[in-house]
Amino acid sequence: MIDPKAIAQPLVDGMPEEIKVTHPFREMIAMFLRNRLAVFGLILLLAIMAFTFIGPYFYPTDPFEMVWAPFTRPGQDDYIFGTDYLGRDILSAMMAGGRVSMAIGLAAAVISVVIGVTVGAFAGYYGGWVEEALMRFTEFFQVLPTLLFSMVIVALFGASLLTVTLAIGVVSWTAVARVTRSEFLRIREMEYVAAARSGSARDAYLIFRVILPNALPPIIVQANLMVGSAILFEAALSFLGLSDPNVMSWGQVIGSNRPYILDAGFAVAIPGFAIFLTVLAISLIGDGLNDALNPKLRQR
Amino acid sequence: MSLWRTIATRIGYGVLLLLAVLVLNFTLISVAPGDIADSIAGDMGGADAEVMDEIRARYGLDQPFFVQLWRYMSGVFTLDLGYSYFFNTPVTELVLERLPATLLLVFSSQIIAIALGTLLGVMAAKNPTGIVNVVVSFLALFGFAAPVFWTGILLIIAFVSVFPIFPVGGMQDVTVEGGFFIKALDVLYHLILPMITLSSIYLALYSRLARASMQEVLGADYVRTARAKGVPERSVLYKHALKNALGPVITVAGLQFASVISGAVVVETVFSWPGLGTLALQSILARDTPTIMGILFYSSLVVIAFNILTDIVLRLVDPRIKAG
Amino acid sequence: MSMTDPLLSVEDIVVDFQTRAGKARVLDHVSLEVESGEILGIVGESGCGKSMTALSIMGLVPDPPGRVTSGSIRLDGVELVGMDHERLRRIRGKDIGMIFQEPMSSLNPVFTVGEQIAESVRLHENASPRAAMDRAIAMLRAVEIPEAELRARAYPHQLSGGMRQRVMIAIALACRPRVLIADEPTTALDTTVQAQIFDLLQDLQSDMGTAIILITHDMGAIAELADTVAVMYAGRVVEKGTVETVLSSPQHPYTQGLITCVPHLEPDPPAERSELMEIPGVVPALTDLGRGCAFAPRCRATIDRCGVEKPALLPSEDAHLTACWVAQGGAQR
Repeated sequence: MIDPKAIAQPLVDGMPEEIKVTHPFREMIAMFLRNRLAVFGLILLLAIMAFTFIGPYFYPTDPFEMVWAPFTRPGQDDYIFGTDYLGRDILSAMMAGGRVSMAIGLAAAVISVVIGVTVGAFAGYYGGWVEEALMRFTEFFQVLPTLLFSMVIVALFGASLLTVTLAIGVVSWTAVARVTRSEFLRIREMEYVAAARSGSARDAYLIFRVILPNALPPIIVQANLMVGSAILFEAALSFLGLSDPNVMSWGQVIGSNRPYILDAGFAVAIPGFAIFLTVLAISLIGDGLNDALNPKLRQR
Repeated sequence: MSLWRTIATRIGYGVLLLLAVLVLNFTLISVAPGDIADSIAGDMGGADAEVMDEIRARYGLDQPFFVQLWRYMSGVFTLDLGYSYFFNTPVTELVLERLPATLLLVFSSQIIAIALGTLLGVMAAKNPTGIVNVVVSFLALFGFAAPVFWTGILLIIAFVSVFPIFPVGGMQDVTVEGGFFIKALDVLYHLILPMITLSSIYLALYSRLARASMQEVLGADYVRTARAKGVPERSVLYKHALKNALGPVITVAGLQFASVISGAVVVETVFSWPGLGTLALQSILARDTPTIMGILFYSSLVVIAFNILTDIVLRLVDPRIKAG
Repeated sequence: MSMTDPLLSVEDIVVDFQTRAGKARVLDHVSLEVESGEILGIVGESGCGKSMTALSIMGLVPDPPGRVTSGSIRLDGVELVGMDHERLRRIRGKDIGMIFQEPMSSLNPVFTVGEQIAESVRLHENASPRAAMDRAIAMLRAVEIPEAELRARAYPHQLSGGMRQRVMIAIALACRPRVLIADEPTTALDTTVQAQIFDLLQDLQSDMGTAIILITHDMGAIAELADTVAVMYAGRVVEKGTVETVLSSPQHPYTQGLITCVPHLEPDPPAERSELMEIPGVVPALTDLGRGCAFAPRCRATIDRCGVEKPALLPSEDAHLTACWVAQGGAQR
């Protein structure tokens, strides 16, 4: 990606070779593909998604149905991942649960990014008392132990998909807010912002059309990580028994089998491993995105 | 001195934050459907409207919101956070009874994570092509992606089921007889697995941070000055460079503290560690709102206290940090 | 030149850097020598190898990517190249001191300046902490820092740039080294402070008899302070001799360029020094030096030979050496 700022500057000697006019998006993809681990992460994530979305067509067992003896070991009696404490097929639970876990992760990340970007953008753009107030607000949320707080929300408002997603999104936006604010503080001082401002552009236009697009790279990287940590968060809530009992998610499998760790560790270890792989894939992709979007690192 | 003034300002600000925590929680509980009366009635297997009203009156739930809030807040100033009907104990007593176990888990795992993480970070930065560097990169990925309960369960499978070296859970073995020292050793023995589990996340974070920070510092001019003075390499690393590189690690450790408490909730549940986390889960499942709020209050208090402590440590490490 | 070994002699030192663009020869057969009580000036534009020469004397060439490929550096006849790390460490800071060009960043921000001076005394003289701190305070006095006892307890950020450079000098001289390398000691400072630092260096040198290697891009400073001078370009010494001969009759076109950049090179130092360098072009990348003289692309007086063969450093008068085909051919431009 070519930094628009770099184009605006006169070409300093020694630099011209660096600035080739290839398509920025294409260059970004090339940068991403150069990071082998990131490509591995992408393939891994696609594989996991194929497993959860396409898998059920080949293996149409109801994850809630009791199909066999409880705690059948993995591989025994044709149950690849075995059965849980109610004799439900863990393989089909893994497929169904993956969709939900990823959906919750994505939705919660969207919520936290929207809140975080809004708070951070206004704080960074206006400065002064607005910034002071918003950053104090952010600090306030940093003081609350996030998991405890979302446990309280879920407990008070009932464990449904919606409350779980909201509870995660509402407590985990602070990092996004901090990243957005510091980017806004930096970009606010740029010449092209001053130019747009002197053209008497409205604040909303400046914030969302001028500054935000330039602040996006680190926000995208952070947002990507938020999906991973939201999946982990959902799993932790489910593990504690605070998830929608009527919806199968990886966390749900873990939470419902938690009391039997010593007898059937696999019923918890397998979905845990799935979460690990998914989050691993996402964070590897995040590293690749960071390389692709961060022009400073590229020169190393 | 200015250090004391900073501390005083920070404490004043912390008190404000705590008040905000109280208001927020109280509001949430008022907005949420159902109240203590419902839970108690539920436990009793149902109650008629008259009994419900009586219960509400006893707990002051028939009062307007602000009156309830005021009563609660003024109680907090005398450390009276209400009464847990579920445990039949005053909330403060309940929480303070469980707090030491959580603090033991949280502090021990943080100390391990910071010390070991920094050491790994320094070793990785010193030798970018070495094995430690690979270990740190691997840890960083694993530490972020592995759900903490999963790590705990794997450890249980490995060290309790397969190789029965450690106890499954709890904090002490009641059958152990002996003096204070024996008992302390027993607690330590129970602490090991939960501590490793909780520190694994942060070990990953701090080692990566320490590595990045050390790599930057090792390129600094003053490190070259130290070498030019003939300072031995070990001292260049662990004295001249490390004291400069510690700042970011300490700052992040301070910021992470709220998340460490969250992690402790899960770890406590995995290992049945009798701390605030297990208490929180019990009281949430029992809809014991006074206890839940008490836990939130005290854990926020701990986080704020720890943040102030971090500030002080940071100032001791780095003389450049000004008051404010 | 005397027949006995000079205090410090650098002979044919070659330093290569492995870079992404290929191998770069950062120092190409550099030879220098300095006697006790003498000031040797090394002059040239940035990137010509002056600082690398200093680092190779200190044994601090960053490795990787750098490496001393060949050559010899002897202090009082003792070979430093290839010496084991521990012995070399004992020499650094004790026999050879160094002042760096960035006083702002060369002091460790988290230790007091007193501690930083005392550290080298403790390391090299087995002094007690108390005695080392007393020496540190004495050194602060020697570099003319007022209220030395008080300043010893200050952190670098509490001092001005000039003060910090004085502290750097105090660190470098704390163990009374026989050789002091001063790498652009005044670049970051304003002119009045520059003059003070130079005066200080001169005083200390006459007091202690230290040999000084003064690295600078400022011909004026060379004229004012140095006894002998070496001009460096693209990793090589292109001209070398006493300050009088080199300044009065520069042979190499590069030296001539450097001198014309300074308005008045008179015996009395000018009150202000202008930035030098109006030689057109830039120092070439060391990865793509051709076969010929590295300065040829910027030179006003090239002949055919300049493009195909590197000129050796040869005496044109007795102790005045030049590496230039034109000068050696007798054609004075």
